[in-house]
Amino acid sequence: MNPALIAGIVAGAVMSGTSLLYATLGEIVGERAGIVNLGLEGIMLIGAASGFAATALVGSPYLGVAVAAGAGAAANLVFAYVVVSRRANQLAAGLSLMFFGIGLSALIGRPFVGALISGLPRLAVPGLEPGGIGARLLSYDSLVYLALPTALLTWWLIFRTRWGLGLRTVGESPAAAFAAGLRPELVQYQALTFAGLLGGIAGAHMSVALTLTWAEGMTAGRGFIAIALVIFAKWNPLWAIAGALLFGGAEGLQLQLQAAGADVSPFIMNMTPYLLTLAVLMLWGWRRQSAAPAALGRTFVGVE
Amino acid sequence: MRRDGAILSNCAARAKTFALVAAIALGVFATLLVAAGKDPLKAYADTLLYVFGNAYGFSELLVRMIPLLLTAVAAALPARIGLINVGAEGQLYMGAWLATAGALAFSDQPAFVLLPLLTVCGFIGGGLWALIPGVLRALRLVNETISTLLLNYVAPLIVSYFIFGPWRSPESSSYPQSPAFVEAARLPTFFHSRVHLGLVYAFAALILYSLAMTRTRFGLDMRAIGGNPEAARRLGIPIFRFILVVMFIAGGVAGLAGMAEVAAIQGRLVSEVSPGYGFIGFLVSWLAGTTASGIVIMSFLFALISSVGDILQITQGVPFAVVNVLMAVILFIVLGRQPVGSTAR
Repeated sequence: MNPALIAGIVAGAVMSGTSLLYATLGEIVGERAGIVNLGLEGIMLIGAASGFAATALVGSPYLGVAVAAGAGAAANLVFAYVVVSRRANQLAAGLSLMFFGIGLSALIGRPFVGALISGLPRLAVPGLEPGGIGARLLSYDSLVYLALPTALLTWWLIFRTRWGLGLRTVGESPAAAFAAGLRPELVQYQALTFAGLLGGIAGAHMSVALTLTWAEGMTAGRGFIAIALVIFAKWNPLWAIAGALLFGGAEGLQLQLQAAGADVSPFIMNMTPYLLTLAVLMLWGWRRQSAAPAALGRTFVGVE
Repeated sequence: MRRDGAILSNCAARAKTFALVAAIALGVFATLLVAAGKDPLKAYADTLLYVFGNAYGFSELLVRMIPLLLTAVAAALPARIGLINVGAEGQLYMGAWLATAGALAFSDQPAFVLLPLLTVCGFIGGGLWALIPGVLRALRLVNETISTLLLNYVAPLIVSYFIFGPWRSPESSSYPQSPAFVEAARLPTFFHSRVHLGLVYAFAALILYSLAMTRTRFGLDMRAIGGNPEAARRLGIPIFRFILVVMFIAGGVAGLAGMAEVAAIQGRLVSEVSPGYGFIGFLVSWLAGTTASGIVIMSFLFALISSVGDILQITQGVPFAVVNVLMAVILFIVLGRQPVGSTAR
């Protein structure tokens, strides 16, 4: 393989891995508080549509990302109210959130189908010759550069702060957290708000930085891949980086092969991320190493 | 049928709650549409006029109910042993795919051969697809919720691969699709409408499901597993085998929905066999508490809601997908209405 092709794959891996990483980090925090959010796909769609719409209206992609983050958090708060305050079934509420996202994003995005926007500008590392391989490898938008610090920050937040200790306690045993003087419901609200912010940003990165278009259902199941990545990452933000790069790499490879005119059906290639996810989950299941928070998916109904 | 009886006994109270939920949901959805510059009241009125104004409109509602009924059974059956099958969408596509394979390969056969063949193909296509997450779950490798969700995205790609490749009809240029089915491979329709044999299949599936759960040893064992898997295992119920059989049957029923969509409605394999019937079917089953009678009522309501989506798309240029918001709002209200402190279903 020639260096340009490899550079293309790596750059593609980083670009498509970024939105996966943001989404996975958000879901990790939510699941650490004991809440599975199957509606991540819907959150990403809302983020993608609202971010694109705001960018098209105002002309500032940064504002678009901010709007997407806010919209993602707002939608996740609806979910939080239903599962935390009303103690509803998390799986059913998550799927409802997915439907909500599919519908709302279609409504928001409709007037902006085919709109042209100037996406997040690429910030090249200074001192590289333009057009060279170095420039191709190291020229990304700001969200890409922020992804790694966000992962580290999330790790620090979960494992090195008092808030993170409380978060993990709530995920393992809400009753114990309650007994220790924490308010499990408040922690879960905070965790889901954080997850919504990151989910919205993940969606916005797809529409405002990656494709520069809005299309109905454009996230194409990435929300579910991110949920699987949480299992792959063993609920640890640092492993999530590796997972996002692996899956981004599968997509980057696919795009490069297509661009190079490889004689493989695009439909077969598009299956790779889903089958790869399934294969990884099988491998993890085989090793029987579960690091899932003990109270994940359970409804906390208070203590006597 | 204890659960069904309970539903009937407090029917009046339920009707009142239902009216309230519907009013709130329609109100929220209307507010959203007004914000988007659309006319929700006209859409609601148009929908009622279209669906209940004449026999054809109502028959179209029945047509839409068929895949919802079948995919709801596909979600309800595994739910009875504690499995969450969110993969009816993919199973539907694979049923459509294998049925198409059968229809194209045996196009010279008469209808009395082709119709049973298509039915079996649809069932097996969906069943085998559901067997993948079933095996992974039975071996305790992968949780079936996530695997069924992921496979939903693979099945339509397989369908697209075939209609863009080996099965591409020479007549289709811009919108690739398979060659049209021969007349003998089309499901019979009733009353000069598009209501097709799938409706019979759907009600047969519901009746069999209901009878199997209440009247057979199989259903008793399933309820034992659903109630307490550990106790069931100690009783000697082969849980491993039950997971496989139940997933296969569930997938098969969803596959029938796919078979019916291509063999009755489309008459050929297309890239979009379903606008998300499998997902809606899951929610129908969930809202119905997995009872047969509840599934019929909920399918009817969700078919009606889908009609709102059609009307909005045709008369006001709103994407069909927007109707998902209305469904989601209803679900959120129902989910949020459950008394705090009660165990979630």
